[in-house]
Amino acid sequence: MTPAQTEVSQRRDTSQDPQDRTPVISVRRLWKVFGPKADQVPDSEELCGLTRRELMDRTGCTAAVRDVNFDVSPGEVFVVMGLSGSGKSTLVRCLTRLIEPTAGEVVFEGEDIRGADPKRLRELRRSKFSMVFQHFGLLPHRRVVDNVAFGLEIRGMGRTQRTKRALEVVELVGLAGYENSYPDQLSGGMQQRVGLARALAGDPDVLFFDEPFSALDPLIRRDMQSEVIRLHHEVGKTMVFITHDLSEALKLGDRILIMRDGKMVQCGTGDELVGAPADDYVRDFVKDVPRGDVLTLRWIMRPAQPDDALDGPELGPDVVVREATRAVLAAEKPVKVVEDGKLLGIVGDEEILAVVAGQEGGV
Amino acid sequence: MAIAVEKPEKADKVQPAAAAPAARKVSRRMASAAILVAWLVLFVVLRGRQTLTLAAADLTGLHHWLNDVNDTIGANRNSNPLFLYFFNEIRLAIDNLVTFVQSLISQPTGSRPVPQIGWLGVVGLTGYVSWAVGNWRVALLAVAGFTFFGLQGLWQESMDTLALTLSAVFVALLIGIPLGVWAGLSDRFNRIMTPFLDFMQTMPAFVYLAPLTLIFLIGGASAVITTVIYAAPPAIRITAHAIRSVPETTVEAADSLGTTRSQQLLKVLLPMSKRTVVMGVNQTIMAALAMVTIAALIDAPGLGKTVVQALQSLDVGTAFNAGLAIVVMAIVLDRVTTAAAGRAEAARRRSGRLLKWRRPLLVAGGVAVAVLVYLSHTFVWAAEFPGNGTTGSHIASVADTTTLWLQDHLSGLTNALRDAITNGLLNPFQTLLTDSPWWLVGAVLVALGAVLGGWRAGVTAAVCVGLLVGTGLWSDGMTTLASTAVATVLVMLLGAVFGVWMGRSLFVDRLVRPTLDAAQVMPPFVYLVPFLALFGATRFTAIVAAVVYAAPVAIKIIADGVRNVPESTVEAATSAGCNTWQIITKVQLPMARGALTLATNQGLIYVLSMVVVGGLVGAGALGYDVVAGFSQGELYGKGLAAGLAIVLLGVMFDRITQAAARRTRA
Repeated sequence: MTPAQTEVSQRRDTSQDPQDRTPVISVRRLWKVFGPKADQVPDSEELCGLTRRELMDRTGCTAAVRDVNFDVSPGEVFVVMGLSGSGKSTLVRCLTRLIEPTAGEVVFEGEDIRGADPKRLRELRRSKFSMVFQHFGLLPHRRVVDNVAFGLEIRGMGRTQRTKRALEVVELVGLAGYENSYPDQLSGGMQQRVGLARALAGDPDVLFFDEPFSALDPLIRRDMQSEVIRLHHEVGKTMVFITHDLSEALKLGDRILIMRDGKMVQCGTGDELVGAPADDYVRDFVKDVPRGDVLTLRWIMRPAQPDDALDGPELGPDVVVREATRAVLAAEKPVKVVEDGKLLGIVGDEEILAVVAGQEGGV
Repeated sequence: MAIAVEKPEKADKVQPAAAAPAARKVSRRMASAAILVAWLVLFVVLRGRQTLTLAAADLTGLHHWLNDVNDTIGANRNSNPLFLYFFNEIRLAIDNLVTFVQSLISQPTGSRPVPQIGWLGVVGLTGYVSWAVGNWRVALLAVAGFTFFGLQGLWQESMDTLALTLSAVFVALLIGIPLGVWAGLSDRFNRIMTPFLDFMQTMPAFVYLAPLTLIFLIGGASAVITTVIYAAPPAIRITAHAIRSVPETTVEAADSLGTTRSQQLLKVLLPMSKRTVVMGVNQTIMAALAMVTIAALIDAPGLGKTVVQALQSLDVGTAFNAGLAIVVMAIVLDRVTTAAAGRAEAARRRSGRLLKWRRPLLVAGGVAVAVLVYLSHTFVWAAEFPGNGTTGSHIASVADTTTLWLQDHLSGLTNALRDAITNGLLNPFQTLLTDSPWWLVGAVLVALGAVLGGWRAGVTAAVCVGLLVGTGLWSDGMTTLASTAVATVLVMLLGAVFGVWMGRSLFVDRLVRPTLDAAQVMPPFVYLVPFLALFGATRFTAIVAAVVYAAPVAIKIIADGVRNVPESTVEAATSAGCNTWQIITKVQLPMARGALTLATNQGLIYVLSMVVVGGLVGAGALGYDVVAGFSQGELYGKGLAAGLAIVLLGVMFDRITQAAARRTRA
């Protein structure tokens, strides 16, 4: 992590999400290396410094996840984004030990789950976290309601009780009326709703999503994204969301972690990624994002000059540019950006137009 | 660090790869041609020397020794602890099982002059079970089929065959499914099992018989044991495959919900592989039926015995009647188990109303069947099939008449065909193989193996040639090899023509495939009967039967290979202006090269197993040696050695063609 972006993300964190509660998930120096003698790689100063390609040539090992650190706060939607092969799916599987990490810590509610024995790990999986998969992973020989109840069934919950709970969740994800269908009678989007319901049925603390909508059509994908946002409002679960789609990441994520070749490149909110990309890779990534939709006034305001008129309208620093456009252009005088009664800066027509009209121009 | 060194090498190899195959392919073809030319030249010079011929009644030291072993085992069967506490126990257990099932449906027991359940009960039970696991259509088929056995006058023989098949299937599944599940779950166990299964399935069914009689004597029990050995591998393999093909995501999803291993197995893996496992049961039943009929050679009761006896006396009518019963039984068993496999899918699509009625109907049917079973247990009219099999004798006489008519009217045609192939292809080739010095043929085989399949296949070929000479049956082996090679060439011709046709036209595929499927479920035995009628007892009959037996599998493999050539490649070739012939020869066949080699492999193995069965109808050579070994005590050792020689030929072909397939694919 470069210092610049850490600073930004901290500031943003305190401003938007002022809970200082302990994180739900805290990942420290996490490594996953595939290959012979994989466990030697994270320990060796020299091997750690190599690029993925060099490491492959030197040792025959593939480092899928390299020295990743992050915290997820309660109730947050944390998005991990990267292109295919960036290690994001491996990362999320390491968090629940579906793939065994090579080194590092995964602390879940104060407990390092790398130290959990198989029994404890099963308990955690049954009650604390659950996962939604790209290819659904439904059981074709069971009806929708039995698929949703599966997690409860393996916990040993009685039939009537688990069916009742499953029906509630089926209702919640908008599948009422399809309880008795079989998965292959449903469309892809509906199948993924079943997967979502299955994950919700056990009332877990954290939901993991592994590219859940990549296999769906664009329209249905949009529906499902709204569905996740709605569910997040309704049930308020902590979510860790994997995607390769930047617009999806920006739409859903409170914070976004960008990965490349197993390493984290930048971690921050959407407007931080767009406003202050950590390097050319991220800059290239966010190039086509409509900046007005993402950036807030904080990013475009300028310090008030002595000759500025300071009697214009006031707006908060976290108002998105697009929403402020009309107000700023309509006002005859520059808009003051004010937070807690303190003047942070001002935004005039030029600043707004630079963003709205010059979107293609990059930074 | 070793890896670090290896890496750049690999990278180097990749670069010239584009140029290499062309150069290598030419040189491989040239090398093969050179070997063959050298062989022909040397054959002319060295003809008739060191051919290792052995007269039919002559024995070598090995054969005498095997006879002695047989005698020793026979003498010590009840004193040797290995036999006393192991083999004899197995035999006893299986024997009890077989006797029990036979007493139920086929053989009289104790004071009863008839089996416990008579024909009415069996027919009712069969229909009921077929309906319960399948649907009413297959139930009707089953009832019709079983009634037909009675009309043929073959009720008891059919029931004996059924009893042996059911016992063998029961034991095979009892062993096969748990092993299959284990192999599905454990990579290590799977790695250990695979070579064994490969080996067991490569072997022609025939060759299990001889060594097993050594241990388990002849009769029903050893027939069942042989059948279990033959029929269990598909069950193991398909179960393991079913477990392994459960999608990774589903397993992972179940894992992420915190399933234990046993929950994983019981709630996810087994239910999801049910359909495939039932298909494995189908394969097991078909393999068992095929083997039970062949086991007639070691005195297993049933339809197979009727066919063998009729074949040995060239009584085509009787053989045809019994062969027809085997075919009917194969069709019934196949349809019922296929319907059972489809049922799991079909059931849930059906409306709830039918499902609601299903349970009471099942109960009602069960009661009705119980009444039928009781009637057939109590009354003679329901126990013994009425009539005296006039339909059967009618069928037999029609078959006889047809045969006579064919022989009278078509003999010109069939004889011409037979003589053309025998004199034009088979005889020269056989002469070349049998009249060359053994070391020359051996050297040619090893060289071809090395050129086509790489040095490892060459070594295998060398070992096999050496052992083949050791069996003392080199000359007979070469005769069999000649028949096998000729039949394989014919199979590949058929395979290429029909395979390409089917691969190119979905319509033809849909038309031909069911026939091929049906042909594949037939026990190999029954193929002999019609060709015996047409061509008489000659090597050619065995070859034709082998071609018909082996062609379906080759056709299917080639058709799939041609079908799998990417659409876009064919399209590209068409747009470049290729005509149909050019597309077939320059695009589809070359790209289906892997399938062609695989088809050759399978074709060879199938042909080999059939050519051996052809020993029954005058194919002579190794097949005859094996058959004679069963019937004449003094030839026992020779028969056993012949069985071994067949195994050696099989292993050699299999290794060479498989290695060649791997190389063409690479």
